[in-house]
Amino acid sequence: MSDLTQTPNMTRAGPFRPALTLRLRGHGVAILLVAPLLVFLLLTWVLPVVLMLWRSVDNPEIAGMMPRTAAALAEWDGEGLPDEATMAAAIAEFRAADAERTTGLIGRRLNLVEPGWLGLIRKTGARADRLEPPFAESLPALDQKWADPRIWQEIKRLSSPVTPDYLLATLDRRVGAEGIERVEPVYRVHLDALVRTFLISASVCAACLILGFPLAFLMAAASPRLTMILMGVVLLPFWMSLLARTAAWVVLLQGQGVVNKALISLGLITEPLSLMFNRTGVLIAMTHVMLPYMILPLYAALRTIPIEMVRAGLSLGGTPITVFRRIYLPLAAPGIMAGLVLVGVMSLGYYITPALVGGPGDQMLAWFIAFNTSVALNWGLASALAVLLLVAVGLLYALYRALLRGR
Amino acid sequence: MKKHVTPIVAAALLAATPALAEGKLTVTTYGGSYTESQREAYYKPFESEMGIPVQEEVASEVWPTVKAQIDAGNVTWDVVTGETSTIILGCDTGLLEPIDWSLIDQTKLIPDAIQECGVGTIVQSSVMAYDADKITGDAPTTAADFFDLTKYPGKRAMRKSPATTLEFALIGDGVAKEDVYQVLSTPEGLDRAFAKLDSIKDQVIWWEASSQPMQLLSDGEVAMTTSWSGRVTTANRMDGKNFEIIWDGQNYDVDFFAVIRGAPHKDDAMKFIAFATDPKRQAKQMEYISYGPTHVDAGAMLPEGLAEQLPNYPDNLAKGIKNDSAFWADNLDTLQARFQAWLTQ
Repeated sequence: MSDLTQTPNMTRAGPFRPALTLRLRGHGVAILLVAPLLVFLLLTWVLPVVLMLWRSVDNPEIAGMMPRTAAALAEWDGEGLPDEATMAAAIAEFRAADAERTTGLIGRRLNLVEPGWLGLIRKTGARADRLEPPFAESLPALDQKWADPRIWQEIKRLSSPVTPDYLLATLDRRVGAEGIERVEPVYRVHLDALVRTFLISASVCAACLILGFPLAFLMAAASPRLTMILMGVVLLPFWMSLLARTAAWVVLLQGQGVVNKALISLGLITEPLSLMFNRTGVLIAMTHVMLPYMILPLYAALRTIPIEMVRAGLSLGGTPITVFRRIYLPLAAPGIMAGLVLVGVMSLGYYITPALVGGPGDQMLAWFIAFNTSVALNWGLASALAVLLLVAVGLLYALYRALLRGR
Repeated sequence: MKKHVTPIVAAALLAATPALAEGKLTVTTYGGSYTESQREAYYKPFESEMGIPVQEEVASEVWPTVKAQIDAGNVTWDVVTGETSTIILGCDTGLLEPIDWSLIDQTKLIPDAIQECGVGTIVQSSVMAYDADKITGDAPTTAADFFDLTKYPGKRAMRKSPATTLEFALIGDGVAKEDVYQVLSTPEGLDRAFAKLDSIKDQVIWWEASSQPMQLLSDGEVAMTTSWSGRVTTANRMDGKNFEIIWDGQNYDVDFFAVIRGAPHKDDAMKFIAFATDPKRQAKQMEYISYGPTHVDAGAMLPEGLAEQLPNYPDNLAKGIKNDSAFWADNLDTLQARFQAWLTQ
């Protein structure tokens, strides 16, 4: 980039003109060379992220399938029941939806607000032919739920092509009569999952740092031969598939597993310890999986610290603790930070390990994304949860940058 | 080298051409012993008798793929299976084709097997089960026994879903079978179901894959478990286990064959589904997995001793309830959320 900005000055000097064309041609080639990568990134990364962001607010059901009702309700003041013309439009569109087999889509969207409205819409669509005016009487006669202004108010609210509902649901909130409110306590689940995700991630970071720092220090200080052996030890599990390593932990940690059997035969315990289907198992397995991501950046940073600095500090009378705290640690800080960010960010998105070795109270946000994608088929909520995770990771990275700049 | 390669490529192309031209009918089901039973009873005879090749696919979560295929306008599967509530919802959300009922004699099917977009293929059931080799003395016979940790100590395994779990809890708490869904429709009834689950919560291992409960029971990790009934009888027959089913409180439902909207081989798919309603073929499937037939004549064709192990055997049927698909269609989303919140508390 800097070359491009500088070249115009050089062109005025005249003689450099040929050089400019050459340079530009050079850039053209460079752009051509990276073009496949750019296209690849655009298709496999930028586009899916944009689609995900869009899907988290996308609200196509009512606006797309009941446009006439939506237009009529826009004029309605929300008091009492809407007028006959509005109801007639709604019934005509329910009938059309029944023929098109889309009553389920409209009903499912409304059912996310109030359980029972899915069945109501399906029933109304199937029997729309038989409804006679005045609809203000025949609709409630079909089902009492149509006498409640709330369903009309919700159809009006959901007519907007975008909705905050899914994003609010990730924070256990919804749009109520008085504005945004929390859902009832028995339904609060996502905010806890977010806090849990950060807690597990932070614990794994701490465990990796405590276990990884001494090893990285040893690798930086040891002879090249020993360093190579240690590096092999660190990298060996790194090359194995995540699933295989997690499955291995299942074998080790389960009730009748290797760890428990060994401890019992040594006489240290009499009853097997609960090491799996709980937080302990998750932390053990995740720390093991994440450890190389802490050790490698740490090692890279510690290797560059000249040992003379430490010697100088010691010879000037500093205690080992002071020298470590005031000389070694500040020099090691970039490596520590890099390791923490790497481990932290990767842990935030963890799915397989907690799913296999954790209990129901140990599932992280990614589990809820997978659940809503493949089991509940609520892709709006799944996208919104992914947005929440993306924002969380973004904030963490921003914090990292701020800390680096503050140093 | 090249000389040898060309004929091989040509042969491969020739072999591939008919498949490309006609295409294979793709049938996607849940896998394991279930798909095996379908292969023996339906896929193989369909291929040999009708001359239409069947491509067997397996997926534990069928519907996200169906939705994605339709959204992308690139439908590659033809036939899928699903329980009543998913078939009804799939029909009303434009994921499924209406069935060509002119090919099938409706009067010969049980009424629950007839849907606009699906033909019932088996009666499946969610039951409670235990290992008769491990529980000696008084055998557990009721749903209440399942929740009785004093009389039958030991861990329990249950499906990680509110569906069928909440029904078991209410029946275990003494609610009459015919009132279960009525009670479940009230806030107090829901609280009651969750309170009953609370009483055994710290002893429960939650399973997600259908193969897990039999594994947990075999390993002795749990004393009792909930399971799909067919898995229990298959474990007894194939692995020589001595597992017993508690039929009290069984929650039965019909599993359907359905055709995806815009399926590439729609006509063949309809033929396949009609083919699978034949009572002799249904009886053949029951030899491989113990789910109930949907054709009224199939029961008489079953081998000796098999009928009593099926969910729709009259004695068993009388002890259970039919899964209320309308209730779950309306309440699954909300109760999933509540169930997850409850699990993590």
